[in-house]
Amino acid sequence: MGLKKAKNVILEIKNLSLNYHTLKNETAAIKNMNLNIYDKEFLTIVGPSGCGKSTLLSLIAGLMPVSEGKINFKNFSFSEVGYMFQKDCLFPWKSIKENALLGLEIKKSLNKKSEKFVDDLLQKYDLKKFEYHYPRQLSGGMRQKAALIRTLAVGPGILLLDEPFSALDYQTRIDISEQVRNIIKNEKKTAVLVTHDISEAICLSDRVAIFSKRPSKIKKILNIDFNGEAFTFHEKRKHAKFNKYFDEIWSELKNEEPKKAG
Amino acid sequence: MKSLKRQDKSTFSKEHAEYLKAQKRYFLKIKIFQIGIVFLFFALWETFSRFKLIDTFITSSPLRIWNTLIYLNYSGELWKNVYYTASETIIGFLLGTLIGIVLAVAIWFSDFAYKVIEPYLVVLNALPKVALGPIIIVWLGSGMGAIVVMTLLVSVIISVINILVGFKSVDEEKILLMKSFGANKVQTLFKLVIPANISVILSTLKINVGMSLIGVITGEFLVSSCGIGYLIVYGGQVFKLDLVMAGIFILLVVASFMYLCVSKIEKLYLKRKR
Repeated sequence: MGLKKAKNVILEIKNLSLNYHTLKNETAAIKNMNLNIYDKEFLTIVGPSGCGKSTLLSLIAGLMPVSEGKINFKNFSFSEVGYMFQKDCLFPWKSIKENALLGLEIKKSLNKKSEKFVDDLLQKYDLKKFEYHYPRQLSGGMRQKAALIRTLAVGPGILLLDEPFSALDYQTRIDISEQVRNIIKNEKKTAVLVTHDISEAICLSDRVAIFSKRPSKIKKILNIDFNGEAFTFHEKRKHAKFNKYFDEIWSELKNEEPKKAG
Repeated sequence: MKSLKRQDKSTFSKEHAEYLKAQKRYFLKIKIFQIGIVFLFFALWETFSRFKLIDTFITSSPLRIWNTLIYLNYSGELWKNVYYTASETIIGFLLGTLIGIVLAVAIWFSDFAYKVIEPYLVVLNALPKVALGPIIIVWLGSGMGAIVVMTLLVSVIISVINILVGFKSVDEEKILLMKSFGANKVQTLFKLVIPANISVILSTLKINVGMSLIGVITGEFLVSSCGIGYLIVYGGQVFKLDLVMAGIFILLVVASFMYLCVSKIEKLYLKRKR
């Protein structure tokens, strides 16, 4: 899958560096990073805690300025970046539909057409019957799905998912992450996911980028390809290649740890 | 998924019916005790004074308070003073809350302004406002204006601090979400920060009922020739404890009434939002 498609770069990260400054010290979070993100791919970033994975997403979203280097967008701009967080961030005083319309409201592009688009999304992904419910009346998984629709509503050029499933219980997590992947593929979106969960990374992604510890560099990029033999997460987990990928990522991450001493 | 509908009564099991009954009894018991304590207090007070166990010259008695109230009503002083105190309190309360919200919003807008102003807020909050009384008398005289200013001094600072704490504790991820949609500060304020803090604003209203009354009575103690505060001070000066106690009684009624109004507003809001 990942190899066969025409590689059309939509986002180019060039010699990117970011330093965090506090009064006491300066921390290099990312150093000279180069990465291309391809159209409609699902890229997952794994790496040790505090390695600057989330920082990279914030930089792509333009939530903070880069220290050095460039992030080049092809075909779209900063304002078309969709962000999903660990928490669903639904506003408790708004209904599910009102929440889904939030981005459009802020961008002042809420009209009959865009509302219809959101209605269709809610319909397609089984949230229509809950549109007048409030977030607290929905389960955690449903809420995260509503959050995804809120993000999709504004027609983002790229989706940034910052550990969006980590607050969910294990079973819901598997179910919702699969649903989210299917929705993203269905809507033909490009997505960058940050996670700590190796199996999640393998099942969701077309490519997995393994980051080194701080200051972050890309150690390795794996193409995930089940030869068209496994489609659901369940099938993927049983496929022989799953273990191969898991071991590969595991040992790369493991290699990172002993260095901590030095 | 939580069900919104209330269960039909006829479907209750026996155990559940028992549970409801026990709960009802429990709440009734609370009410009875609440009312009973007041009743007992006044009854003992009256009894002790009848049997001359306490000196009513310095303690007054419920009956004497009642008679004073009737006399004040008859002479017209009651309503005149209640009117003064109530209008000062309401003006001070509304103005104080409004100014508090406006200032909090203004300070929220700029982190720089917040950092600059924060120590002033802390110090001004700690300053006993009654100390400013003489300045107010010299500057503003002894009319209603002076009292309202006193009330504002008491209520504004605490409102600003309360509301700002609420504003600052809005979930950081939600602020980032707004940013990721390209929201500006005004949009973040009206679509996220204020709606998220309605309950904080309502609780500030509740606090301000008390604060405005403190401001008004302090003001009246110091400068006024009208109002319940004046009545109490006057009563003390001429050693008419009946008048002092009657004044306190009226204050209790006014305070409860205002508090009820605010909690009514709160209930209406909560009902609207389920």
